[in-house]
Amino acid sequence: MPTLVSHPEEVRIVSSRFGQGAAEIDRYLELGGYQSVRKAIDQGPDWIIAQMKASNLRGRGGAGFPTGMKWSFVPKQSAKPKYVLVNGDESEPGTCKDHLIFLHDPHAVIEGTIIAGLAIGAKMGFIYLRGEYRYLLKIMEKAIADAYAKGFLGKGIFGSQFDFEVVSQTGAGAYEVGEESALMESLEGKRGVPRIKPPFPAVVGLYGGPTVINNAETIATVPHIFRIGAEEYAKIGSERNGGTRLFCVSGHAARNGVYELPMGYNLKRLIYEVAGGIRDGRPLKAVVPGGSSTPVLLPNEIDIGLDFDQVGKAGSMLGSGGVVVLDDTVCMVDFALRTIAFYQHESCGWCIPCREGTDWLKKTLTRLHAGAGEMRDIDNVRYLAENMLGRTFCPLGDAAAMPTIAFVKKFRQEFEDHLDGKPCPHARHTVPELAAV
Amino acid sequence: MSATTLPAPFAPTIFSPELAARFDKLVTLYPVRRSALVPMLLYAQDEIGYLSDSAIAEIAQRIGITELDVRNVLSYYSMLRTKPAGKFNVQVCTNISCMLRGGRELLEHCERRLGIGHKQVTPDGVFSLEEVECIGACSWAPAVQVNYDFHDNLTPEAMDAVLESYRAKANE
Ligand SMILES: Cc1cc2nc3c(=O)[nH]c(=O)nc-3n(C[C@H](O)[C@H](O)[C@H](O)COP(=O)(O)O)c2cc1C
Ligand code: FES
Repeated sequence: MPTLVSHPEEVRIVSSRFGQGAAEIDRYLELGGYQSVRKAIDQGPDWIIAQMKASNLRGRGGAGFPTGMKWSFVPKQSAKPKYVLVNGDESEPGTCKDHLIFLHDPHAVIEGTIIAGLAIGAKMGFIYLRGEYRYLLKIMEKAIADAYAKGFLGKGIFGSQFDFEVVSQTGAGAYEVGEESALMESLEGKRGVPRIKPPFPAVVGLYGGPTVINNAETIATVPHIFRIGAEEYAKIGSERNGGTRLFCVSGHAARNGVYELPMGYNLKRLIYEVAGGIRDGRPLKAVVPGGSSTPVLLPNEIDIGLDFDQVGKAGSMLGSGGVVVLDDTVCMVDFALRTIAFYQHESCGWCIPCREGTDWLKKTLTRLHAGAGEMRDIDNVRYLAENMLGRTFCPLGDAAAMPTIAFVKKFRQEFEDHLDGKPCPHARHTVPELAAV
Repeated sequence: MSATTLPAPFAPTIFSPELAARFDKLVTLYPVRRSALVPMLLYAQDEIGYLSDSAIAEIAQRIGITELDVRNVLSYYSMLRTKPAGKFNVQVCTNISCMLRGGRELLEHCERRLGIGHKQVTPDGVFSLEEVECIGACSWAPAVQVNYDFHDNLTPEAMDAVLESYRAKANE
């Protein structure tokens, strides 16, 4: 079982029930669970959405879209049924927070799903977990069955006139399925290929009905907002970035782990104070602040607050909360290559700029890292990546291009050090190829 | 897509009675039967080890789509396979967080220990090996999944113990 970490500067909201046995429904109730949804039933949809807007909660899946606003886009009247879809595909390298939520607090996900359903007038919710999370799916399935047994799901939930069904679903291995429209395709039993937007899911989503899709952490946060109060929740974070979020520290930090900190918490402090600095006291080389798709930051760029706006201003993105710490032993060409190898492997192949672009980037970076590159290869990498930006149906093309551009821009000298048949100045030479699936 | 409801229980079936009953129920949970396709493929694979021609044929019939349509979907998902893997499929993550913590060395260690490479199976059929992308255990890297079980914070020595425990299971 994954180890839990803690630090005095943490503010525990989403993680407040971690390690407390809250996967058992009675324990969840003891800890104040399923109170928020009762409040939501009493107060009605307009109140719920107003509270969500006041909370300043922004989506934890990566893009940081304001959740209350997203919910308000769903039309009140709809000929087709509406749905809530919880995104637990969690596949962005560096990200392992939803893992802990499903493991320790599955009922918070159910409760948040019901509240979202009440807000938009949906009668059904789906909780989609990546296929690798089978043990977590079992925990989720048991939690759902227990909630049905108590009358919290099904007909007339909590003795009200509302009906609400929840079904959990497993994926079968695909990063792209985490993209919202591809997720809907997968849930409809198809290949996870993205849909053209607009129309947006809030208008035409799952089975053609209006759909709210949110990340599992976003949904698990919802009941806490109604427990603490929306204004109070907003105050914990920074401007326009309400509350806390789970940061997954990985790589070369001394104390890796998932920490819950207020939005706007200083990145440098997260690394040096909360996560104990760099292992063996080595120098920091770079930080990938929000999962593998976010542009890398240099040591002199990390004195910033971790919220969507501040990290954006620093030229990167808060993304999915995966903070990857790199010390001076890392070869950045190798790291760039491993990153692009992932996107090349995961591109669904639907859009040519992404399918061909990731493939050429991988080939060129492989050559560069092996010492067989030429100066123009370095420029080509950047040129290729820049020409993928904004040219695909879904943002996977951008997710591959953005970090690549930053690696070349910020570590150009290291790329040049690999030219003219020079061996990689770092220990590792060979890159095990991922065979195409 | 077929809108007709097939009679439950669906018979004859190549799956165990438990799995067949689960499938009978699964197709009724969603607004459309086809939504059960991806889970059915994975559960079928869990039971028989891979997606055989007859498994694909039965699933196509249960959902009410063509076999070609089923194959088209299954070829998209990296966990689904049409050939058997080992009894224990060792999946080593080498993505960035694991790479920084020795994931590649762990993969090479497994290659040496098991004498096989990516997507290969040991002659006795006990183990298969796969290099995989991020499995959502980055803060506990390097991480490995054997079938569905996670093993975190591994070293080559700890990996040996993990492999030994599975070998012991295979000999039971
Ligand atoms: C290629 C790709 C993969 C994605 N993977 C995930 C994922 O695994 N989990 C997730 O919540 N969002 C993922 N997203 C973002 C979703 O498309 C969507 O924005 C998100 O689920 C919305 O929820 P939120 O508003 O609560 O963040 C991904 C996006 C892209 C482009
Ligand atoms: S990078 Fe290996 S588990 Fe995420």
